[in-house]
Amino acid sequence: MKIHEFLSTPLASCERTGPHDGVVLSSRVRLARNLRAVPFPGRAKKIERVKSCELLRKGVEELPEMEGAFADSMEHLGAMDKQILVERHLISREHAAKSAGSGVVLSRDETLCVMINEEDHLRMQSLQPGLQLKKAWQSIDEVDSRLETKLDFAFSSELGYLTACPTNLGTGIRVSAMLHLPGLVLAEQINQIIQAVTKLGHAVRGLYGEGTEALGHVFQVSNQMTLGESEPDIVERIDKVLLQIIEHEMNARANMLQTKPKVLFNHIGRAYGILAHSHCITSKETMNLLSLMRLGVGQRMFPGVEKALLDELFIITQPAHLQKQFTEKLEADERDILRADMLRDRLKKVAGPVIPT
Amino acid sequence: MLCSQCNQNEATVHLTEVVGDKMKKVDLCETCAKAKGVSDPAGFALADLLLGLGASQQVEQSTAADGGQISCPSCGFTQTDFKKTGRLGCSECYQAFAEGLEGVLKTMHKGTRHVGKTPKALRQVRDVSDQLKTLQKKLEKSITAEDFEQAAVLRDEIKKLQKRLSEMAL
Ligand SMILES: [Zn+2]
Ligand SMILES: [Zn+2]
Repeated sequence: MKIHEFLSTPLASCERTGPHDGVVLSSRVRLARNLRAVPFPGRAKKIERVKSCELLRKGVEELPEMEGAFADSMEHLGAMDKQILVERHLISREHAAKSAGSGVVLSRDETLCVMINEEDHLRMQSLQPGLQLKKAWQSIDEVDSRLETKLDFAFSSELGYLTACPTNLGTGIRVSAMLHLPGLVLAEQINQIIQAVTKLGHAVRGLYGEGTEALGHVFQVSNQMTLGESEPDIVERIDKVLLQIIEHEMNARANMLQTKPKVLFNHIGRAYGILAHSHCITSKETMNLLSLMRLGVGQRMFPGVEKALLDELFIITQPAHLQKQFTEKLEADERDILRADMLRDRLKKVAGPVIPT
Repeated sequence: MLCSQCNQNEATVHLTEVVGDKMKKVDLCETCAKAKGVSDPAGFALADLLLGLGASQQVEQSTAADGGQISCPSCGFTQTDFKKTGRLGCSECYQAFAEGLEGVLKTMHKGTRHVGKTPKALRQVRDVSDQLKTLQKKLEKSITAEDFEQAAVLRDEIKKLQKRLSEMAL
């Protein structure tokens, strides 16, 4: 089966709901594991990678959680299929660049995704909508416990799980959440939040765009330290931080509505106006405006509109998802025109914003 | 300014990140930033990259004093390789580079000893060796108390556990 036939539609994937999903788009827990007897993928020869990939893939595919899963070698995935997996946040950009000797296994419900021979032999991730870090940790912990009975993982009682990069050493865990923080950005409080969170030893960064530019007001918070702290403690600590960020974001939104309603309505009204009426729009502008409209949905300015619609548009206006709908290869400016056409069409039935009462 | 990754192209992407109380700076060219997935959600490549680069520099400093180039006996990885990639070659590398890595791990992590999950097989080995220790203490006590009947029972139990442990090690 081809990956685009396997994946749920963008809308279906956006309709999954979870706690606090007005702010937390998704939760993710990733574990890095390596085989004891084989060099790390970056050091292994191609023939070693091909062999270990087969062994690992077999082990992963045999998991009960992986019944009906999609599994393939990166060699057999086309450039566009790989890019679609990146845009769905299922594999890393680095992994998308891999070929023979690397693979991917994705569970039927798309909540478990294992990258084989990325930087480590196994990068196993559990994804959940909204804020559900504990659930994500439990499910990936189970997968790991099953795999360790079949695979000989590199582990030292002093240093824990041994990983290609020392930053992942110990637990090999990376706990993260994708956050939609338009309130904190508009209120210009985002930098304070970022500083506070980084002081606690966590990383915060814009998910799209480079440097300080955070397109779509989407940020990712993740733990930095993996050694010297247990997995449940790491999960617990970041969960607490996230709950605080959510509170700040909700306060910023409420405060803005109360003290500067015109500024807020202006942002959201203009966002709708451009998205619903433009004839040429870049991916960057689209992300920022969709973010503002999503904020508007949260403020009940678009009665009858679900935030899933905005989240879906966010995905399908990304380059590979957009390209996939057309047979000929599109140039960037052609994409901008087609993106605008699609947005106008999809927003035809969405009435303009109302002022919430 | 040249890209700190490839040392060839002009660096156009400048990143600063605060980790704990340390600031890390990395300057990358467009190509390396893309290749490293700087805007990458699933890879967390940025943190790895930043810390990885810092790590390799520290290892170099700490080994430069002795002059010699350390390499991993298992995979042949050298500190130059580590500097280039910010990654180690195999699980044995952690022993080969242990000395230089210790300081790196201290600045990078909360502690230098693993306190999390342990594979079940290892946990079982640990449990059995703990039981063995307890039994051996009991045995000593019963010998001192001249309770030879009890000591014989304990010796049998110890033998059984030792056998189980040697089977586990295989
Ligand atoms: Zn470069
Ligand atoms: Zn090695």
